[in-house]
Amino acid sequence: MAAQRISAQHRGRLSDTLRKTFGRIPLHFVILATCLAWSIPTIALLVSSFRDPSAIAGSGWWNALLDPTQWTLTNYDNVLNARGMTDAFINSLIITIPSTLFVILIGAFAAYAFAWMKFPFRNVIFLIVVALLVVPVQMTLIPILRLYTIVTIEGSIPIIGGNVFGVGSYSGLWIAHTAYGLPFAIFLLRNFFGGLPRELFESAHLDGASDLTVFFKIVLPLSVPAIAALAIFQFLWVWQDLLVALVLLGDPDLAPMTLQINSLVSSFGSNYQVLTAAAFLSMIVPLGIFFALQRYFVEGILAGSVKG
Amino acid sequence: MIGRAWWIPWLWLAPTLALLGVFLVYPSVDTVRRSFLDERSDNFVGLDNYQFIIDNPTPLSLDTHAALLNNLLWLTMFTAVCVGLGLLMAILTARVRYEAAAKAAIFVPMAISFVAVSVIWRFMYDIQTDVGTVNAVFAELGKDPVAWLISTEAPQKAFLDVPPNDTPSPFQVNNFALIAVGVWNWTGFTLVILSAGLKSISKDLMEAARVDGAGEWQIFRRITLPLMLPTIIVVTTTLVIQTLKTFDLVWVMTGGAFKTDVVATLFFKAAFINRDFGVGAALAVVLMAFVVPIMLISIRRFQVQEEIR
Repeated sequence: MAAQRISAQHRGRLSDTLRKTFGRIPLHFVILATCLAWSIPTIALLVSSFRDPSAIAGSGWWNALLDPTQWTLTNYDNVLNARGMTDAFINSLIITIPSTLFVILIGAFAAYAFAWMKFPFRNVIFLIVVALLVVPVQMTLIPILRLYTIVTIEGSIPIIGGNVFGVGSYSGLWIAHTAYGLPFAIFLLRNFFGGLPRELFESAHLDGASDLTVFFKIVLPLSVPAIAALAIFQFLWVWQDLLVALVLLGDPDLAPMTLQINSLVSSFGSNYQVLTAAAFLSMIVPLGIFFALQRYFVEGILAGSVKG
Repeated sequence: MIGRAWWIPWLWLAPTLALLGVFLVYPSVDTVRRSFLDERSDNFVGLDNYQFIIDNPTPLSLDTHAALLNNLLWLTMFTAVCVGLGLLMAILTARVRYEAAAKAAIFVPMAISFVAVSVIWRFMYDIQTDVGTVNAVFAELGKDPVAWLISTEAPQKAFLDVPPNDTPSPFQVNNFALIAVGVWNWTGFTLVILSAGLKSISKDLMEAARVDGAGEWQIFRRITLPLMLPTIIVVTTTLVIQTLKTFDLVWVMTGGAFKTDVVATLFFKAAFINRDFGVGAALAVVLMAFVVPIMLISIRRFQVQEEIR
């Protein structure tokens, strides 16, 4: 009797497992099909970057898969051996890392105030901040350049180089990128902060915690997925920027990779094939950031803290 | 809310207000001012620049009507597909063990510089079937190659063998081809943000519902969707605003030729190529005006959030 029940149960579990496994086939199919569709252009770009410049325009990239004799490192050679490319790589890091950190910190301060403090005109100011998302960067550059030429402080910053502030300085570029990134940062973080349960704040304040303590000990740790997402995109956008650096930097010694690659393409004339290799070289760092921050997308952070 | 000195919130906001004031508010106000001035910003011309946008007197060099219609197409198609697909993938990939790899595959296009995006997609869309990937697939299927970035025909013409009909702009093959590149480029954005939103939903809730016998669809409708709604709204709003600013992609792929201009490319042409700051500024102001309905929706959203928490 007992044995019968166990085996029935066992059979039930087995068919359950089977049903689950087969029921998941459409799931895997949809995911894998989408990933494949998304990867084909990327693979095309990757394969093209290893092909001879003349071959890229002459025949489809898939031909190179069958004919390994077409493979060459010319494009990578052209990019890597271009004068100043290593410096440009370091310059890109000097520009991008502070710009990303400033946006997260300043944006999180503002988002906390918008989500959990009461002050006059709060909603109006917040809506203006969101509305500023729509301002095209191109539109701001001429007034900002005019302003920067007035306030430029000449001099040379040790190690990283450049003027102290204004045109041709890293600090000027950090501040500009931070300002351009703030509306999105505040919009995203205010939503995540606003979604945190009220009890957390009430009990913390009852325990006599200050705003700074609540901010650093409760709000920031609980918003890690949102902050990780923000960090990924802010880093990416600053890393890929060409326009702001082109207008505000001026000095070629300070130029990031995007500027360096751009001048490389124009010096090669119509040889834009070098871009295929450049694209992959400039992707390495943002992809590294993406993979590094992926693990912060963990589930149930909030659930754990409320219970604990 | 606890009692604070009145100036404390302003202290938390000070760096933000200073930066936004200088870098975004001041240039915007300056642009509004210039939209009422002539091309060199010397003389007051009233609403002439706005009249120019409405009348569309030079459709061959600055087609304002086509740009506005194309922007509306971008606004609806691009946003809907990006958000829908991003949400679907965020929920589906959360159920498989290769989640990180699958998300990375969709995120990668975001990391490719837009100039490289234009290089690779011009080859993807090449008219020769031995160069262009898309037309190579079409040739395999026994269809005629399509000039994806040039054709102003109706999209169904490319897929079905129907005779060309007079579909009004902006429903053109090339617009949809550009939007497809945009979707490929930006779905990684919606996926990553929506995935972050999904992860902050308590897993216990879903487990509890599952134990109570709720089906997957019910869990999605009754738990996942309502709890993710704030994030979905943030992503949608950001994308809508992003489409208003769509510039890079159109600029490097077609330069706005063959009636693919959007407002931002037209603004650039007017201000920096035609050297007419008046019309350029007026176009930028029209762009900013689009944001008003979005703000009204946001006001309601935040009032709701305040009430329920």
